[in-house]
Amino acid sequence: MKVTLKIITVLFITLLISCGGKEEKKEEAPTFQQKAPTEKKEAPKTETAVKASEKIDLTNKGVGPITSVDLSADIDQSMVAKGEDVFKKMCTACHRVDKKFIGPAPNGILERRTPEWVMNMILNPEEMTKSDPLAKELLIEFNGSPMANQNLTEEEARAVLEYFRTLK
Amino acid sequence: MKNIFKLSIGFLITAIAFTSCGDQKSSKSNGALSSSKAEKVYVAPGEHDSHYAFISGGYSGNLTVYGLPSGRMFKEIPVFSQFPTNGYGYSEETKPLLETSYGFVPWDDSHHPDISQTNGKLDGRWVFINGNNTPRIARISLTSFETEEIIEVPNSAGNHSSSFITENTEYVVAGTRFSVPVPQKDMAIKDYKGNFKGALSFISVDPEHGHMDIKFQVLMPGFNYDLSHPGRGKSHGWFFFTTYNTEEASTLLEVNASQNDKDFIAAINWKKIEEYVNNGGGTMMPANYAHNVYDENTHTATSTMKKEVRVINPSEVPGAIYLLPTPKSPHGCDVDPSGEYIVGNGKLSANLTVHSFTKMLDAIENEKFDGDAYGIPILKFEDVLAGSVEQPGLGPLHTEFDGQGNAYTTFFISSEVVKWKLGTWEVLDRKPTYYSVGHLTIPGGNSREPFGKYMFAMNKITKDRYLPVGPEMEHSAQLYDISGDKMELLLDFPTHGEPHYAAAIPAEIIKDKSRKIYKLAENEHPRKATNESETKVVRDGKNVHVYMTLIRSHFTPDNIEGIKVGDKVFFHVTNLEQDFDVPHGFAMIGANNAELLIAPGQTKTLTWEAKQVGVWPFYCTDFCSALHQEMQGYIRVSPADSNIELSWSLGED
Repeated sequence: MKVTLKIITVLFITLLISCGGKEEKKEEAPTFQQKAPTEKKEAPKTETAVKASEKIDLTNKGVGPITSVDLSADIDQSMVAKGEDVFKKMCTACHRVDKKFIGPAPNGILERRTPEWVMNMILNPEEMTKSDPLAKELLIEFNGSPMANQNLTEEEARAVLEYFRTLK
Repeated sequence: MKNIFKLSIGFLITAIAFTSCGDQKSSKSNGALSSSKAEKVYVAPGEHDSHYAFISGGYSGNLTVYGLPSGRMFKEIPVFSQFPTNGYGYSEETKPLLETSYGFVPWDDSHHPDISQTNGKLDGRWVFINGNNTPRIARISLTSFETEEIIEVPNSAGNHSSSFITENTEYVVAGTRFSVPVPQKDMAIKDYKGNFKGALSFISVDPEHGHMDIKFQVLMPGFNYDLSHPGRGKSHGWFFFTTYNTEEASTLLEVNASQNDKDFIAAINWKKIEEYVNNGGGTMMPANYAHNVYDENTHTATSTMKKEVRVINPSEVPGAIYLLPTPKSPHGCDVDPSGEYIVGNGKLSANLTVHSFTKMLDAIENEKFDGDAYGIPILKFEDVLAGSVEQPGLGPLHTEFDGQGNAYTTFFISSEVVKWKLGTWEVLDRKPTYYSVGHLTIPGGNSREPFGKYMFAMNKITKDRYLPVGPEMEHSAQLYDISGDKMELLLDFPTHGEPHYAAAIPAEIIKDKSRKIYKLAENEHPRKATNESETKVVRDGKNVHVYMTLIRSHFTPDNIEGIKVGDKVFFHVTNLEQDFDVPHGFAMIGANNAELLIAPGQTKTLTWEAKQVGVWPFYCTDFCSALHQEMQGYIRVSPADSNIELSWSLGED
């Protein structure tokens, strides 16, 4: 009988052990003897880092509802007027023409970004700053200040884009 | 034997180990696990409850929103009480909501929520609730989940048989528990009998905007009108009120109001009285009561004092009001989904009395009267009685219905809920509550079409149900599954304040209509600033108006100078965000009122008095972004005789 009991106990313990199988191996236990900080002299970066706001990427369309935008050769002035009005009402709390404010100035943005990227940044900022590499970098450049989603319609965002075309 | 015993235990432990080791997700286990009560109330992280419950706060004066079956509280909606959490009742926009004929009354005792109905079904547009102490009725939007309107009820005192609505939300009805002199006058209390009146108010509800207006008040004999419910279906057009203290005692009521073997249920044919009123009937009586309305576009409430109310004496409209004898000091007055049965929960009675609407009409037609009270015909008990549930428990208070022909009654003294069958009056099941249950709620249980899956009991005594937290504690509610033959207790959950009744509704009726933001384009607040170019600071004598905006993560302006000691500064703060769930807070050092919590697109106003010279900070109290800690500003306060000009700025602007 005793033997049977022992067998059962062994089985049981085995079972318990095997039960926690998925647990990952623990990392090395921290010790008090920390390694003396070896002075890592970082080689001074040779290439001067280009700020995200100054990088040029005319292929990236960003992430979001806008996959293609046709820009006509002529600027649509009535759309510009509407876009300027929307920009003033919804964007000027953080963006000012001609100067960096909370966020970057929109001047000349279409020399650096695709129109799709610009509209996706307006319409889908949460996802953009999570998964678009440029938007992620911008978030860091601007101190983690989030681009607010002001719930513009696509039409309004398109009008703002047209207004941006006039800002050189 | 011993060994066999040990062996068995060994096997048992092994078996348990095996069972507990399984992959929980994929197991669609049968037997014990599938009937697990925990599974029935478990709402996985990120998933939604199936029902909303709006539970009254009692002495909190407010209304809380819970999810069923989890019992999680989602929100406290301030109604009759100031709420420092968001500035309700402190902000200039919401202060008018708490105005009354007694002045500013920033608290109450909220009792009976009821959801609006169309064709006898819950339509989920509004929930109404009564302030019991300073008689008021509030209407809360189920789109914004905010109090939109409060109307005071004149000639009333202890607004308890309220706020129940007719089946097309034609009226929200408010009856007085305490009778009083109408109009009020200086008289001896002992002359109560025969001189005091009980006002039952029928408040019309505008079908489009929900705005309330007292259409008429019936001035009834000086009884206590305890609870009420509308007729529905066949009895639509009638309203039923329980009474106690038909003895008309004015002192030591616990003895003196318990003398009569039977009190009454008052049956009121409101359609008949409405017709009389529409033809010019009734008398306009001088009165003084507040009507406070919140405008969703200006985000501002206004208070107006109304100066008269239409009153009706029962004798003016013969054939509209009857009294149904009901044993004994009945509390709840509940009408079944068909409208046939009217349950009088005689709290001192051994049996539960159920009246028949059909028999009542028949007795009226055949004039089977048993005398009258102040001219109101009393029907014979036997002629209107549908049946009695014999000795179901002690101290019946309230009854709800599941739509399957069953009724559920709470028993305060014996601490239980009893399920019984309409028509046969047999008791089918009973389950204990913990402890001393008051109200109970079945979603839609007070409508033509109950959604009879859950029932919850709201208890008056908590004692040992939770970890002890000192002598004062939250009340306790219990959730039961009522889908089977027997009720099954699933869950205990604490409730805020003291719930007196709750209204519950399937989530899908309202959840998609819930407002997410206020659109800036629709903001009509007279002192809004819907973009930063509209921000400014304007002096008007000693009043200084700051038109301020908020967005992650700055105030505009954030530096203000030229304020002087003795100035009253009004911060009109607009949240420019247009995204869901990005409120900002506004807190000013030394503010004697509260802070503000401002929803996206909303404007609210906080008043702050400049008392001391110095530079004083303000900041955002709602963690809004990674730069929330940077969301702050300063006000410079100079001596009263200073000549520093008013100026304001943000950054280098």
